[in-house]
Formats: sequence, structure tokens, C-alpha cells
Amino acid sequence: MEYTVPMPDPILKVEHLSMKFGGLVAIGDLSFEARRGDITALIGPNGAGKTTVFNCITGFYKPTEGMITMARRDGSAYLLERLPGHEITARARVARTFQNIRLFSGMTLLENLLVAQHNKLMKASGYTILGLVGIGGYRRASAEAIDLAKFWLEKADLIDRADDPAGDLPYGAQRRLEIARAMCTGPELLCLDEPAAGLNPRESHALNALLNDIKDHTGTSILLIEHDMSVVMEISDHVVVLEYGRKISDGDPTSVKSDPKVIAAYLGVEDEEIVEVLTEVGDDRVIEELDAEPDRDHGPPDSASMLAGPVTDTIAHSDDEERVSVMRGASKAERIEEREARDRAAGISGQPDDKRGGGE
Amino acid sequence: MQYFVQQLINGLTLGSIYGLIAIGYTMVYGIIGMINFAHGDIFMIGAFTALIVFLILGAVFYSVPVVIALLVMMIVAMLLTSLYNWTIEKVAYRPLRGSFRLAPLITAIGMSIALSNFVQVTQGPRNKPIPPMVSQVYNIGGISVSLKQIIIVIVTVSLLAIFWYVVNRTSLGRAQRACEQDRKMAALLGIDVDRTISITFIMGAALAAVAGTLFLMYYGVVVFSDGFVPGVKAFTAAVLGGIGSIPGAVVGGLMIGFIESMWSAYFSIDYKDVAAFSILAIVLIFLPSGILGRPEVEKV
Amino acid sequence: MAEAVSTERVAANTNYATAIREALFAGAISFGLFVLLVGLKTDQNIRNELILVQRWGVLAILVLLTMAGRFAYVAYLQPTLAARAAARAKAPAVAVEPSALRKNWTKLAVLGLFLYPVVIVALVGLQGSLKWVDNFGIQILIYVMLAWGLNIVVGLAGLLDLGYVAFYAVGAYSYALLASEFGWSFWILLPAAGMMAAFWGVILGFPVLRLRGDYLAIVTLAFGEIIRLVIINWREVTNGSAGISGIPKVTFFGIFNFDVSSPHYIGKVLGIATSGAYYKIFLYYLILLLAMLTAFVTIRLRRMPVGRAWEALREDEIACRSLGINTTTTKLTAFATGAMFGGFAGSFFAARQGFVSPESFVFLESAIILAIVVLGGMGSLAGIAVAAVVMIGGTEILREMQFLKAVFGDGFTPELYRMLLFGLAMVIVMVWKPRGFVGSREPTAFLHERKAVSASFTKEGHG
Repeated sequence: MEYTVPMPDPILKVEHLSMKFGGLVAIGDLSFEARRGDITALIGPNGAGKTTVFNCITGFYKPTEGMITMARRDGSAYLLERLPGHEITARARVARTFQNIRLFSGMTLLENLLVAQHNKLMKASGYTILGLVGIGGYRRASAEAIDLAKFWLEKADLIDRADDPAGDLPYGAQRRLEIARAMCTGPELLCLDEPAAGLNPRESHALNALLNDIKDHTGTSILLIEHDMSVVMEISDHVVVLEYGRKISDGDPTSVKSDPKVIAAYLGVEDEEIVEVLTEVGDDRVIEELDAEPDRDHGPPDSASMLAGPVTDTIAHSDDEERVSVMRGASKAERIEEREARDRAAGISGQPDDKRGGGE
Repeated sequence: MQYFVQQLINGLTLGSIYGLIAIGYTMVYGIIGMINFAHGDIFMIGAFTALIVFLILGAVFYSVPVVIALLVMMIVAMLLTSLYNWTIEKVAYRPLRGSFRLAPLITAIGMSIALSNFVQVTQGPRNKPIPPMVSQVYNIGGISVSLKQIIIVIVTVSLLAIFWYVVNRTSLGRAQRACEQDRKMAALLGIDVDRTISITFIMGAALAAVAGTLFLMYYGVVVFSDGFVPGVKAFTAAVLGGIGSIPGAVVGGLMIGFIESMWSAYFSIDYKDVAAFSILAIVLIFLPSGILGRPEVEKV
Repeated sequence: MAEAVSTERVAANTNYATAIREALFAGAISFGLFVLLVGLKTDQNIRNELILVQRWGVLAILVLLTMAGRFAYVAYLQPTLAARAAARAKAPAVAVEPSALRKNWTKLAVLGLFLYPVVIVALVGLQGSLKWVDNFGIQILIYVMLAWGLNIVVGLAGLLDLGYVAFYAVGAYSYALLASEFGWSFWILLPAAGMMAAFWGVILGFPVLRLRGDYLAIVTLAFGEIIRLVIINWREVTNGSAGISGIPKVTFFGIFNFDVSSPHYIGKVLGIATSGAYYKIFLYYLILLLAMLTAFVTIRLRRMPVGRAWEALREDEIACRSLGINTTTTKLTAFATGAMFGGFAGSFFAARQGFVSPESFVFLESAIILAIVVLGGMGSLAGIAVAAVVMIGGTEILREMQFLKAVFGDGFTPELYRMLLFGLAMVIVMVWKPRGFVGSREPTAFLHERKAVSASFTKEGHG
């Protein structure tokens, strides 16, 4: 997929974002952009820091360093890391959903969507006081709010269950309701944290339809975290890949898909499988190397046992360093980089890297 | 300076009693996550049991050595008070375990009301004074230390040592800590959760009974409503130290004891409780999980 | 056929065997519990020394009662309950069309409350009505109003407040001090007392909103105690433990009053006989209207964004934040609104008693109000009203049971057992209905039909 159309300005710009918890560096110097009108996917293996990025964007964490700029359609820009949590939704128009669904389970679907329109209704009810005595346009605003809720319930295919408690819904429907609820806040950027997790194929399909509908008809840009590659490939326009809090790839789905670093990192492959992966991708040098003995003169020994680093302690605790330092052998993407560097140094192959992914 | 040290000793004595009661609150909170509001009244039952044992000893034997009398009072009080707490847990808390969080809180408040009124009905509403049991006072460099205070501190320290050993070095303590972390998992691993919780209540009550006996010995008087104020103070101590943390309960107890004695000594005795409660509020505003409590992580 | 009978008999026999074993065990436990505290009574002799009085007979009766009760429970009640539960599980859920009585229950109840004094006066006469209107009517309605006020904080917003009585005290003292100092009218001071209490609600709320769960509970409890201790010790203003007496009565909007010596006494104005009952009946309607106002505002607020935000806060605070709701102001409004109604009730209380002292604002009051909220079913106005009638009315009725003296002898004072039974009733009702009388939640808006939300979905909040 090529971007031939002139791209509008990015809706969300993340620059040099770092997040440390004590000595643990969850995100290190991350920069990326999400374009207006696009579905941008944030992917990466478990523990890559995706949700942490989300929490920084939506104000649940205050980042240690960096700048997150949200550019609204009307031209106003907000530095999200400086806004109080609730104002990110109220003023900067960024809405989110949660990995472990957070619905108001004792309230009905309709009520869930009405709560989402809180700020608008508060104003209409004259901050409760006028509404309490029955003056002002609260009645009309309330009817409009119900109409908007109805609209989104229909979009999410939940209109029949509008008066049931949200906690009574099946899992997939709860996911869709959470998205509908976020949409009721009138967002310009919708952040979805693993919307397809735990869905069966049919529910997953319904979700894709809803997301495409949102993108096409409301002009809301979407930023999503996803594990399910089929969802990512099917709906996203742009993919950012994280590993250990660091960006390892950034581009359109097809290019990211074939980036060996991404494959290694994302699939979390074993040492020997990296070779297989590279073979699949069609890296000639690897194919050559497959039959060769490990080259002991160059670089460290390459045996699986040495490189299979311990599962724990993979992220170093650094106090003075901002960079994520990863235990040797833990970051699969780094190992691909290393291997390439070593190969280049050893001059195993003089051919240009024409078949490697476009993610660099 | 002498005056200050004097107040420090008074605070230590008071703080020891609060600390002993606070452990009961904090252990129960740690293991089942509820505020056992009746714990203050369990303390009062302990004091009353000790009082009655004291009177029996006085009536049956003409004179008993103080050490033996105290020991017998403590042991009987520990046994009967534990029985109370065990029964209360079984009747009022266990049926509600795993349901609605506020339900056991309400039954605990109900039990607290019932216990204090039970004692009022059976023992009468008046103050129950006893003749002083130990009256020796030592003068060390201008600071008077009474034997009562020494006994209180020694008993508290030795009980805490035993208690620390039980919680940290025995399989029972391990079971308790496991239940505290994850009750369901502990049950899956073959820990008898019901029994562990019962034992926790018994241990808390036993410490409260000792505190009750010491309280009776120190002040020489007890009344049916005595459960509330020390109970609330001890609970405050537990929260101040970080509820769920046993060292926290001791630290919190001592802090409340010091605040009270210092405030009464240097400012106004009328406002000593106001000072204790205000300091609680101030500490919690800056350390929302108490002094030694584990910070609550807001998982998004 | 014969076989079935014999297995049944065996089952019954083992059942009795278990029951006897259980009864003996319970007897042993109760003996342990009561042997010292019931078997012996500490009493003071002439020389003011404590002596022990032996009461082994009472102990034996108590132990035997426990055994009999346990036996009956295990042998008869438990199987019956189990059978009934099984039958209920088997029976298909039948949707019952609510009867006309049920549909209009609220209206009928309100009508009944308005007619109550009239009926009482008709039944027992003006003078005889005093007790029924005052002890039962007004007393229960004060608690209903307080519990409805606290319900906003605990039931809707899910913030556990153990110091609610502080706002009641603020309202009562505001009225008592301002009315006796400046002679201002109740009708001016009522809103002022409410504002004052709401102000204190915000003052308390502001620093503690960061706290969650039981930490919030203890700080609110501490706040309640601080207010009471300040009232006791600030003698120059509050007159300390002695309290403030001679608080002016409420007038009927200045048209007539209830002060016998005044030229505007209601008896003189309307030309009727002098009676203390008029004032009580007037107060009854006053508190009824105040309680109705609380209910009305609560119902209205629930359908407004702020009320929905309260409930959403109870369900999930983090989700609230993600929807752009300012959780701090939302919590503060809940605190302030709840406190305001506490303040109204407080100023009414001061006007009714004509006397306030710190004794009326102890932690026990907070506990009783909270218990009513939880026993009623958090959030449900009707359930809370029922709980108040059962708990407060029940303990008031104990005062009336003088016939018990005939049973237990003249030394028996039923009042003494009032709070003991109150505490036990709290435990029993809670164990019996952990979700309270009305566990389900009424939705605030609907598209097709209004369906009650089952208690298993609603949450109770973290605060």
C-alpha cells in the first residue's frame, strides 16, 4: 500500500517518549506519528510496552520524558502529557478502551452510553442546578443524547439489548459496547487496547466492520494495540512495532509484515527459528549459512544454548541511562540486527540487501 | 528533657497496648480484607474476663503472687476471648465471605454493638475498679518508671517476638501469608483456608486479650464501653502503619501512643484524640497506604 | 416402596444424630462464652469493693436455649430450607405481572405516611397520639432522611463514609447556635445549616478523595470523631458536654407558633384546646416533607448526568476518567449533597429536641445510619425506608413491651436489651440478605422497557 494521496498533518505525534517505573524502563525514547483518518496499529510481543504507551497518551501515566501532541481538526493542539487525565477526553478528544474491559456492569447499555456524554449533558443541565428545577434545555439535550446512544447501539448491533445490564452481555458484545461508549464522547482519536482479544472469528469480523465503519463515516482516527495479526493486516493503514519499549519498525502493513526483525520479535521465535524465518523471508545469506558451520572467528559463538537468554531479567534496571538495555539474546530483533552486522563485517555476502523488509 | 523522656515512656506504654490490639485488626484485614469492627469490643471482653478471673483469684485464694495472678488472668482471658472471636467469625463473617464487601463490615459493626451491650446487660453499666495490683515505682535519674510500665513493655516485646516467629517461621504463618496473597490459590494448593482464617482470628483475639489484661492492670478500671475508644485508636494505628502490615501495626501503635502522651503533656489533654486523628488524616494524605503499607497499584 | 421408607428413616435418624451432636457442641461453646460473663456478675458492695455474684441458673438457661436452638435449626429448619431452595431451583422462573397494589406501592406508601397522624389521632386521641407520632413517626423519618442522604454517598457514589453523623452535628449545632444567639427563624436557618454541612462535606472531601476503600472509611470516621471532640471541648461556644438547651421551636412560617405563652399560639389563633400534640404533628409533617424532598432530589439527580456519573464512579472509577468525567468534582458533589441532607436533618433534630449535646452525635449513630443504607439495599430508596422502619421501629417497640415485666419479673427493663438486640438484628438480617432488602437497581433511562438490574451485576465501589 503506497501513500500517493497527499497526507494531512499527523493527528498524534509522539516524540521521544520515555516512561520509567523506578529503575525499570518500560518505554525508551519512542517516537511515532499517527495520521489523521488512518487506523494506526501498535503491535509487539507481550511486555513490549504497548499498553504503557496508551496509558501515557490517555493520561493514566505521566511520562518521564517526551512530548505527545494531539492536533485537533479545528487546528488546536494539546500537549497530552500536561493535561489532567479527564481533560484528555473532554478537551483533546482522545477516547480509549481497555484491555480488560471496563464497563459499568451494573448499568444498562443505554446508561453506559449516556455516562459517556457526561460533559455535554452537564453543560446542558446548567451544571445540574438548572436541570434540577427544570429550566433550560436539559430535556432536549437529554433526548439528543439518547438519540446518539441509539445511533451507536445500532452501529454496534446492540440495540436489542439496550435495557440490559452491561455485565450481562457476552464478551464480544462487551467489546463492541466499550467502543460504542468511547465513540459517544465524540472523539477525534480513538485508542483501542486489544479490541480483538478473546473474540471468536465471527465476533472478530463484526468488530472489523465496526472499526471500518467508524473510520469511513465519522472521520475518527484510530490507534489500536493488537495481537491478532489478521486484524492488524486487514484493517490498519499504518503499523508501528515495539519491542522492549523501543520502536523496531514503522510502516505500512505489508512492509512491516516482511521485516525480519518484526517477525523475529513479534513471533518471539527461538534461535533456530530465526533462521527458518529468514529462510521464509528469503534471505539468501541465511540459506547459504544454513549449511555452513558457525563462524567462530567472527562474533560470539552462535549456538542456541548461548543465545537463549534467561526469561527473567530481560530488561535491565537502569537509573542513569535512558536507553532500554536488554539482556543479550532477549531481544529477537536486536539479534537479527547483530547477525546482519556480523555478516556484513565478515563479508559472507556481497549482495545488496534487496530482499530485506522495508522497515528500516 | 526529663519531662520529655517521661512522656516518651508513657507513650511507649500506651503505644504497646494499642500495638497489640492493632495487630488483630491488621491481621484480619490482611487475610480477608475486612475491618473487624468488633475487635475493640473483643479487647474489652478480654479486659472483663481478666477482671472476673482477678476477682475469683481474690475470692478463692487469700493472696496470690502478682506474677501468677497476671499469668492466670492472661491465659484465661486469651482462651475465652479467642473463643469469642472464633465464634463471631464463624457466625457473622464466614457466611458472608466472598459476597458483598460492605456486608461483613455491617455485621462487624452489629457484633460490636451487641458485644458491648451484652456486657452492659450482664455486668452492669458502671465502672469496675480494682485495687492496684502492682504499685512499685522506680526512680531512675529523675524519671519515674512504674513496674506496671515495665511489665507492659516486656510482655509486649516478648509476645511480638513469639508472634513474629509464628508468622515468619512456621508452616501456619506460611499458610496465613499464602491466604493473604491469594486465597483461592492457597486452597488449591491444599491449605485449609477456613482453618487458617479461624486461627488468625484466634491469634488476634489472644493478643487483644493480653492487651485487655494489661489495660486493666495499668488503669485499674474497666467499663463495658471501653472497647470503642481503644478500638478506634488501635484501628487508626493499624491504618497509620499501613493496614495489612504487622510491623506497621506496631509502629502505628507506638506513634499514636507517642502523639497522645506528647500532646497531653505539651498542649492540651482535651485535644489529644483530635491530634491523633488529625495526624492520621495528614499522614494518609501524603502516604495513602500508611507508613509501611504496600502502595496500591492502579492497574489500567 | 418399603426400601424408600427405610432410607428415609435412616436419613432422618442420621439427621437427628447430627443435630444432637451439633447441639452438644453449640452448648459447649456457649458454656465457654457465657461461663464467666453471665455466670458471674461483678457488683459493688457497701465498701465499694467489687464482689462476684453467682448466677449459674441464668447460665444454665442460656446454654440450654442455645442447644435447643441449634438442635431445632439442624434437625428441622435446615432440611426445610434446603428443600425449599431445591424446589425453587427446579421451578421455572415465572414472570409475574405486578399487581395493581405493587405498581402503585410508592404512591400508596406516601399517602399512608400523610394520613398516619390523622389515623393515630382518630384512634387514640390527641394526647395519646404524642408517643406514636413522636417516637415512631418522627424518629423513624429522621433516620429515613439521614439514610437517604448517606445513600447518595455510599449507595450511589460508592464512597464508604463512616463519619456521616458529623454533618448531622454540623446542621444541628448551626441551627442551635444561630437560633439561640440571633433568634433567626428556622426557615432561614434550615438552608443555612444545609449549606454549612455541605461546606464541611467539601472540606472533608477535598483532602481524602485520593484515598480508597478502607482508608477513606477510617479518615471519615476520624473526621466524625474530631467534630464531636471539638464540640465537647470548645466549651465557650458549644457549652461542651452539657449541650445547648432552650433552642427555639419552629414556627408555622411566622403565622402562628407552638409556644403556649405566646399570643400567636396555635390554640389561640385557631381557637382550639392547648395540646403538645400539635407541635409534634407539625414536626411530623415537616420531617415528612424534608424526607420527601431528599427522595425527590435523589430521584431527579439519578436521571441527571451528575447522578449517572456517581453511579458510574461506583462501578468503575478508571473508566469514568477515560470518559472525560472529572472524578474529583464528582466525588465532591456526592459528599456535599449527602452532607447537605445530613445538615437539614440536623437542624430539624435540634428544633425538635430543643436541646443538642455531643451525646447525640457519637459513632454509633453513623453506624446505625450506614447499617440502614446497607440493610435496605444500597441505592434503593424504598429498601432503605423499609430497613429504617424495621430497625428503628423495632427497637422503639421494645420500649413498649412492658408486659415482658410480667414474664421476667419486675427488675426486667426491656430498654436495656434494645441495643443488644439491635446489634444482633443487624448481623442476622445481613447474613440472611447480604444484598439488603432491595438488591436490584432501577435503571435511570430506557429505550424499550424498564428492567430492574440484578444485584449480581452492580458493584459497591472502592471508596
